[in-house]
Amino acid sequence: MSVDSLTSLRLKLAAQDIDNVSSVHRFLSPAMVLQLDARDWGKAAEITKSEHWRWAGIWAEDRGAELVVNACLEHQGSYLILRTLLTPERAILPSQAPHYWAADRPERHIRDLFGIHFEGHPDPRRWIRHQAWDENVFPLRKHFAAAGTPPGETPPDRDYPFLKAEGASVYEIPVGPVHAGIIEPGHFRFQAVGETVLHLEERLGYVHKGIEKLAEGRDPAGLARLAGRVSGDTTVGHTWAACMAMERAAGIEIPLRAAYLRGLLAERERVINHLWDLGALCNDVGFAFGHYQFGRLREQWLRENQLHFGHRLLMDRIVPGGVAVDLGPDAAGTMGRSIAALRGELDELLTILDSNSSLEDRFLGAGVLSTELAAALGALGFVGRSSGQTFDVRRDAPYAPYDRLTFNVPTESQGDVASRFWVRYKELRVGLRLLEALLEGLPEGMVAVPWQIPPEGAEGFAAVEGWRGEILCYVRFGAGNAIARYWPRDPSIVNWPALEKLVLGNIVPDFPVCNKSVNGSYSGHDL
Amino acid sequence: MLRLYSKIFKTGVLTEKVPKPPSPGIGVAEREEAIEQVGRALKGIVDKRFRGSLAIRQVDAGSCNGCELEIHALNNVYYDVERFGVHFVASPRHADVLLVTGPVSRHMEAALKRTYEATPDPKWVIAVGDCGACGGEFGVSYASCGAVSNVIPVDLAIPGCPPSPLALLQGLLSLCGRQ
Ligand code: SF4
Repeated sequence: MSVDSLTSLRLKLAAQDIDNVSSVHRFLSPAMVLQLDARDWGKAAEITKSEHWRWAGIWAEDRGAELVVNACLEHQGSYLILRTLLTPERAILPSQAPHYWAADRPERHIRDLFGIHFEGHPDPRRWIRHQAWDENVFPLRKHFAAAGTPPGETPPDRDYPFLKAEGASVYEIPVGPVHAGIIEPGHFRFQAVGETVLHLEERLGYVHKGIEKLAEGRDPAGLARLAGRVSGDTTVGHTWAACMAMERAAGIEIPLRAAYLRGLLAERERVINHLWDLGALCNDVGFAFGHYQFGRLREQWLRENQLHFGHRLLMDRIVPGGVAVDLGPDAAGTMGRSIAALRGELDELLTILDSNSSLEDRFLGAGVLSTELAAALGALGFVGRSSGQTFDVRRDAPYAPYDRLTFNVPTESQGDVASRFWVRYKELRVGLRLLEALLEGLPEGMVAVPWQIPPEGAEGFAAVEGWRGEILCYVRFGAGNAIARYWPRDPSIVNWPALEKLVLGNIVPDFPVCNKSVNGSYSGHDL
Repeated sequence: MLRLYSKIFKTGVLTEKVPKPPSPGIGVAEREEAIEQVGRALKGIVDKRFRGSLAIRQVDAGSCNGCELEIHALNNVYYDVERFGVHFVASPRHADVLLVTGPVSRHMEAALKRTYEATPDPKWVIAVGDCGACGGEFGVSYASCGAVSNVIPVDLAIPGCPPSPLALLQGLLSLCGRQ
């Protein structure tokens, strides 16, 4: 972290009489930790906001006698963690949501799971809790057993207080949780006039399967497996983040070859997902040609994953201490050839897509997320980068192997579906170049080091750039190598609210393509 | 437009034959022969029992979305599941088969039951993936009901995390082939 931005922030805090800030801790390196009084929690957010820190996430932890709450912020590639302590008897904290939009749902998530009350929060409704557990029991408190109480059938969440549509000719369209396609479940409530969307409300949480609770007590290998299933299309990203956080907690340095192989896996995941989404975007506007072509290319790459890494989607390839697979001697050659082949195919497809005005008709100007709104929401990944937000963890807070590579981060500022299509297309091309650089520079050596049991209480924090954007992860170890707390933050958690905004004023039939252009993960959000 | 057509012709037909699950002792030639037989048999069953069209409603009841990615792949040009008369439909009312993924999250329990009830008889349920088959990494917890069979009756489970498109196809064939 730059000393300047932190010093300036501390001065600002002191000027606002927030002087009970305990010394800056280094134990969550590379993030800095500032511990504050609970009463200053809201004011601190006001100050960080004015200093242009981006609000990135919040997590809590029940440590018996106290509840620890952490908020993560980022500014120019530096991560800062604000920490405060509460007692279980007085679990009240000023809300940061009035200052940061992004804090709205994560604070509600914590309230539902920990029973921490956020004073001044603008939205009192439940979020992740539907009906699977009682309103007054909190699954992430330590004394709550993971098994829960033997339940009868879980009733549907019928009485969620959605915003009501009023006025002449306004009507409502409820969609989901079971959607009409092969897609994850969630509920969308549209208010429309004619074909125009006036309001959209998302209701998520349907695939909440208790990941944070299930992590407790696992060993590092078990946590890596679970992390790989936070969101199936981001198995590399989440496993990497979890392993990096655990390795930092244990003070383990992975071999450089392992870091390069992790980079290869992550870039392959990026390429495959972007190919898939480019095809799906074409499909959503009835351009079957694009759907089939991109689907064909993706399948070829999935098969190559199987061939070189032993799994089509690359699950369980990253393990604590390194990676579980090594590349054979001719892998670099065959992969190099398929990278070149894909590049040729993309060039050819680009010419065809570019000359197809019907595609342009549907993409241009649809689902606009303005630069200002993207900044206010803290939009991440290709969603942010299509709306003028340039942040990319790989470049701005680099970690091995990206700290050794130079590459550009494509951005656009129009913020429409077309921008999100082209940013992804360009990211795909950058991914191919990175893959070449990684193959070329792949160092010799081991692919993993033995695990070392970290001391009880060891904490680790990590940020990696998944294909959707910044993934954050926090872990803390308990006694005997067992995980005491795991907090994964998928970029979708931040980007879902953007969809509610960018669809306004569009016509209802454009919702699928708007939705696909954001492509939030439900599982990664619901946890 | 010409470029588009030329790309289509250059790409050609990629759709592949479907091998039977490999059984020890069967050589490649016999397997090829078996493929043809299974293909013909499936088409025959779909034609006779399902009037030429087997309709599947996919339900994600709590999956990590990995299984969905492979189910989607069934429709890509390599597998092209529609050539067997198998297609995915938007409503359970139109479905013969429910293809269910996930450990069933408790929040999806009621929705899954209702989808099952909305599917006309006769119907079959296939639980997909390790999660659908036994709860997988998630098992049974305060938030998860575990295996699909803990919530609705299941006719066949296709394990794997996630099962490959080929495994899915073989599962489908074996279900339809049952008497
Ligand atoms: S079986 Fe594997 S891929 Fe399928 S939902 Fe479960 S964890 Fe995801």
